[in-house]
Amino acid sequence: MIDTRSPDSFEWRFVLVVLGILALGVISIYSVSPSPMSKGQTPLYAKQLAWILIGLVAFLAAVAIDYHSLARHAYVLYGLTLILLVLVLVMGRSSRGAQRWFAVGPLTFQPSEVAKLVLILVLSKYFADVQRAGWIQRVIVPGLITLPGLLLILKQPDLGTAMSFTFIFVSMALVGGLHAKALGLGVLFTSMLFPFAWELIWTSLHDYQRDRILTFWDPMTDPAGKGYHALQSRIAIGSGGLLGKGLVEATQSRLKFLPEGHTDFIFAVFAEQWGFIGVFVLFLLFAALIFLASEIASKAKDPLGLLLAAGILSMVGFCLMVNVGMTMGIFPIVGIPLPLMSYGGTTTVTSMAALGLLLNVKRRRLTLFY
Amino acid sequence: MSRFTTQHEDFRNLQRRLLYLRTGLLFCLLLLSARLWYLQVVKGPYYRELAEQNRVRTVDLKPARGLIFDRHGELLANNVPSFNLYLTVEDIRDREGLAAALEELIGLPRAETKKRLVQQAKSYVPILLKSGLTLREAALLEGRRLDLTGLRVQAESQRNYVQGPVGSHLLGYVGEVSPEQQEERDFAGLIQGSIVGKAGVEKTYDRMLRGKPGEKTIEVDARGNERKTVSVVEQTPGDDLYLSLNLRLQRLAESLLGAESGAIVALDPRNGDVLVMASSPAYDPNVLSRGLTPVLWEQIASDTRHPLTNRALQGQYPPGSTFKIMVASAALESDKWSADTKVRCAGAFPSGKHMFKDWKKGGHGVMDLYHAIVQSCDVYFYNVGQRLGIDTIAETARLFGLGQPTGIDLPSERVGVVPSTEWKQRVRKEPWYVGETISASIGQGYITVTPLQMAVAIGAISNGGTLHRPRLVRAVRERATGRLQEFPSVERGPVPLQEDTFHFLQDALREVVLHGTGGRARSQSISIAGKTGTAQTVGARASQLSTDEEAIPKQFRDHAWFVAYAPAEEPQIAVAVLVENTGHGGTYAAPIAKALIEEYMKDSDVDDRHQIAGQL
Repeated sequence: MIDTRSPDSFEWRFVLVVLGILALGVISIYSVSPSPMSKGQTPLYAKQLAWILIGLVAFLAAVAIDYHSLARHAYVLYGLTLILLVLVLVMGRSSRGAQRWFAVGPLTFQPSEVAKLVLILVLSKYFADVQRAGWIQRVIVPGLITLPGLLLILKQPDLGTAMSFTFIFVSMALVGGLHAKALGLGVLFTSMLFPFAWELIWTSLHDYQRDRILTFWDPMTDPAGKGYHALQSRIAIGSGGLLGKGLVEATQSRLKFLPEGHTDFIFAVFAEQWGFIGVFVLFLLFAALIFLASEIASKAKDPLGLLLAAGILSMVGFCLMVNVGMTMGIFPIVGIPLPLMSYGGTTTVTSMAALGLLLNVKRRRLTLFY
Repeated sequence: MSRFTTQHEDFRNLQRRLLYLRTGLLFCLLLLSARLWYLQVVKGPYYRELAEQNRVRTVDLKPARGLIFDRHGELLANNVPSFNLYLTVEDIRDREGLAAALEELIGLPRAETKKRLVQQAKSYVPILLKSGLTLREAALLEGRRLDLTGLRVQAESQRNYVQGPVGSHLLGYVGEVSPEQQEERDFAGLIQGSIVGKAGVEKTYDRMLRGKPGEKTIEVDARGNERKTVSVVEQTPGDDLYLSLNLRLQRLAESLLGAESGAIVALDPRNGDVLVMASSPAYDPNVLSRGLTPVLWEQIASDTRHPLTNRALQGQYPPGSTFKIMVASAALESDKWSADTKVRCAGAFPSGKHMFKDWKKGGHGVMDLYHAIVQSCDVYFYNVGQRLGIDTIAETARLFGLGQPTGIDLPSERVGVVPSTEWKQRVRKEPWYVGETISASIGQGYITVTPLQMAVAIGAISNGGTLHRPRLVRAVRERATGRLQEFPSVERGPVPLQEDTFHFLQDALREVVLHGTGGRARSQSISIAGKTGTAQTVGARASQLSTDEEAIPKQFRDHAWFVAYAPAEEPQIAVAVLVENTGHGGTYAAPIAKALIEEYMKDSDVDDRHQIAGQL
């Protein structure tokens, strides 16, 4: 059933915050687009605008379709996603040692981004349906649901998305009833296992992943090579100062000292151009988004809605923290885009679809007592 | 009801735990803000500095050196464009690939490139990798600049000596300032890679010639490509020099020396202007100024004929019989001897156990001072020397400037030796022997002089006793103001001898050319006065080895001297000619002096001063 009520002021605020962050992203992408473009090439910011339009369609669709009907097919959708993740390993396009993309004509599609959203859906469905009594129901079963997807993503390998996956599972299990004590025990247990697992993990990592972790500790060991990203990103952010350098004077971004300025390091671009004041405004927007999302979650009409909203909140929140943390040098560099800002089709559309789903949860809550 | 309560309870639990998530995320955002404050506000200036270092490169703009002209405005040294290859270590992405590409494109050995990369400490200061690239090489490198980051081809000016090797010793050559040079006062504060004079006028007048370097600050992108110019301080070209040199005469002098080693100096006795300063063998200063390779340098430095030596002021030779002029002066000034004192020359002079011979077998017969000069009678001067003693002779020789620097505006002038009893005690730690005085009175033994000193001395004889400091640069034109500043001629003071002494010597020297040993300098058009000299190269007289000069091995032959001036009545040119290892001065040196003087006097009525003014 399509909900035809006109949006209320809460919903308008939500949409404005989302559009605001999207706009800042486009401006930043614009500022690092090379000019003039070579002939016949569409500038990146224009492409991103197109992705946002597609994202809006996904957003509206996600608002319109009742999440209950989506949840009914959660396991099927998850099964399909797992098949996609297997297929991408077999016939996906590989780049820089990772096989993550499907190429559809000129477009690329990254199934692991969609997988995150489907995982949220399937875990919400699971936690909403079961009694959530005992640790088998709370941890082991949802863990077993998460595991195949996680392993397939690690196989690509896509460390960043795998971490998102894990975080979504942990935070949903937490909201879904895992006791803080149990979580503490789990963390303790994992850290005790870690030294033994470390050898296994370390050897399974690609060289570039190891380098990223090593140079995270000290980028100056190889400033021109492996520590280059981390160092240049820190220089870009730091040199922005209190007020920023503006679009023209932001030399780290404009002169390409900062690599990947339109994707993973877009936060550094923004911070260089707008300074502490600008980033503070951006952080306020993200804080507002977190606040509004958790409002939607806590006022959901049923556990399914609440869990769904909490999952989406944790997904967006995690990507935000890790991405910003890595550009500022307090987290190793893993390929996690900044939600709603980084250039990229799959990430933009998925993020917007996820936020649409969030609004969907909000719009169904009044039907509780009908 | 209970089911509803449980469900409700459960939902409340979910909401409560959701709060942890929200609080956790907002707390993380707060932590990130704190980190952001640290990076942007606390460490902001530090990172801004790093960003500037990323972005900005400083390029030195090398000034064009001043031009050098001869006295008639003929161009001797200018600058031509040259493509130089610079490398900024900071901007290099792929050292191996770069070294390989340079070897392939311009033939620069890989090892050499890598060595330079290691040597450079400041990674963002460009280093000169190779100068004087061909147009083709420059084009090849420009074509690859996108993948060869850090390289830049820059068009700069390169010193060019228009006349090739002509005048090379007095012009000198240029090169990158060396660390040793940077410690000298005149070269202090120069940036690494500055081009400075290494010899000759280029070195002495470097301060004027070098100009002031400029600086261009450019913005580069991450690949090292120049994006825009941030600021420019233009370079100021160096000042132009106008030499007293007469290029036409210089060229003639060098061709007269030909393949022989030797030197010719010609001065204007009226003001000390250096008209000619030739030294043979010469070198091509263009080769030395264009990035000399170690191999080539080794080749030049180890050449046994020493082409880099300016024999005119660094070659120290026994003056031979030309020194009789000084001995005669001493005799005329002394009360122990007079012009009329007669000596019978029988071809030899006994002193102790040694028998000193005259150059002429059988001797000259009875001689007075005048004829002894004209015939260059050795025995007569042996007697004079023995009577006067070495210290009197030395004193007079010093009055003519021997044993002292002439003060010419060129580096590394040698002073020769004017021996005396005091000198021998001090330097050799031995007493003076009488026999050594006998040798010294005909310009042999310890005594040595430079051709330049002899030219100054004969000039002083010709002008009645005025010793000039040789002047090589007549004027400098400041680039900034266009003002022509003339350097005055400097007199080192009169030679304190009686006027009669000069007249006597002048008459005798004229007679040397007319009827004496200098006959081959006699000219139909010009009245030339002069004195021959034949300097021994080894302990014994070369002529003792054989009477036929051609039969003596080259390195044992005597050095030929001729000092002269003309016109005898009103001197305008004073010349000293030295040709190494040829033989008699009258045979080998005198004709050279004659040819030079005749050529000079052909256009001596041209007023040179107007020529300089015409350049303004």
